[in-house]
Amino acid sequence: MKFGILVNEGPFTHQASDSAYQFTKAAIAKGHQVMRVFFYYDGVNNANRLSEPQADDRNLVKLWGELAKEHKIDLVVCIAAALRRGIKEEILAEGFRISGLGQLIEVGIAADRTVMFGD
Amino acid sequence: MSEDMEGSFETEGVHKQFMFLNRKAPYGTIYALEVLEMILISAAFEQNTNVVFMDDGVYQIRKGMDTKPVNMKNFSPTYRILEAEKEDADEDPDAEMKWRLIVEKESMEARGLTPEDFIIEVEVLPAKQVGELMAEMDVILGG
Amino acid sequence: MLNTINKSPFERASLDSFLRTAPKGTPVLFLEDGVYAVTKNTSLAAAMAAIAKDHAIYALGPDLKARAIGDDRVLEGVTVVDYGGFVDLVVEHGTVQSWL
Repeated sequence: MKFGILVNEGPFTHQASDSAYQFTKAAIAKGHQVMRVFFYYDGVNNANRLSEPQADDRNLVKLWGELAKEHKIDLVVCIAAALRRGIKEEILAEGFRISGLGQLIEVGIAADRTVMFGD
Repeated sequence: MSEDMEGSFETEGVHKQFMFLNRKAPYGTIYALEVLEMILISAAFEQNTNVVFMDDGVYQIRKGMDTKPVNMKNFSPTYRILEAEKEDADEDPDAEMKWRLIVEKESMEARGLTPEDFIIEVEVLPAKQVGELMAEMDVILGG
Repeated sequence: MLNTINKSPFERASLDSFLRTAPKGTPVLFLEDGVYAVTKNTSLAAAMAAIAKDHAIYALGPDLKARAIGDDRVLEGVTVVDYGGFVDLVVEHGTVQSWL
């Protein structure tokens, strides 16, 4: 089955991004395809390569990038939400790209299931 | 990201039921504004669109908001664009997309509001009917 | 369809919103802070038992563990699933409504 995932929160205030990451991993492990993960609202902070979690904490920015590389997942950061929050091309972590909100609607149309994680 | 990931998915001719669920009050958090931006962008995809206001989301469409004293952009007039989208969809006999603008009755009444308090014309539906509509959706988005 | 609730019922009214709208038989999965809803001996326990008559109730195991809610503290009739089980529920039940 084809999945689209929406992540509404950043990695350091809410559990939403962790839940979305674990869900995405589990879906892939079950043989499903995750077509795209779309980062909206403060979720755009998941793409900030300047973020430095403490050494004993998980680094979701990196984990998302690695998962995407391994399984060819399209990680899309909403441009309108990103610009507001200072997330720009030059600080974008590996594996992410910036594009428009249309990419969210598009995956909603194309995927069999769209699952939203937020606060 | 490899080149082949940049392309669009095939969506031509696919019509789905979308619900945009607004459950949060405006200005206290950014969710109301960013859901509104989501709905406006979605219009280009010509999908069946159901915009629902429930819980504190019913406060989003109150008449008479003045955000000057808090120095924030007043986005309530933008909801009128949703009304215009609905009118366009209603008038176009060939349009695959239909728009509905819905307020959940119980949430509205619990907050002492009536349809006259809203900046746009809405259908008022009891919660159970909103739930039945939800069950017919393909995609439910919100914030 | 599947509904999910990720907030404690003591903090937010998501559970009420779910109950007000969801047709009988709609399954609900509690995750993140939502899992506090399925613990024993709370002021909500009796209400939850009544809800379980109309809705299949699931809770995400990893979130229970993270919050020190052992199996013996989970309400009767609640099915505990892992992330893979969450995926299966989404596949089986179709559209997801996340009560954020």
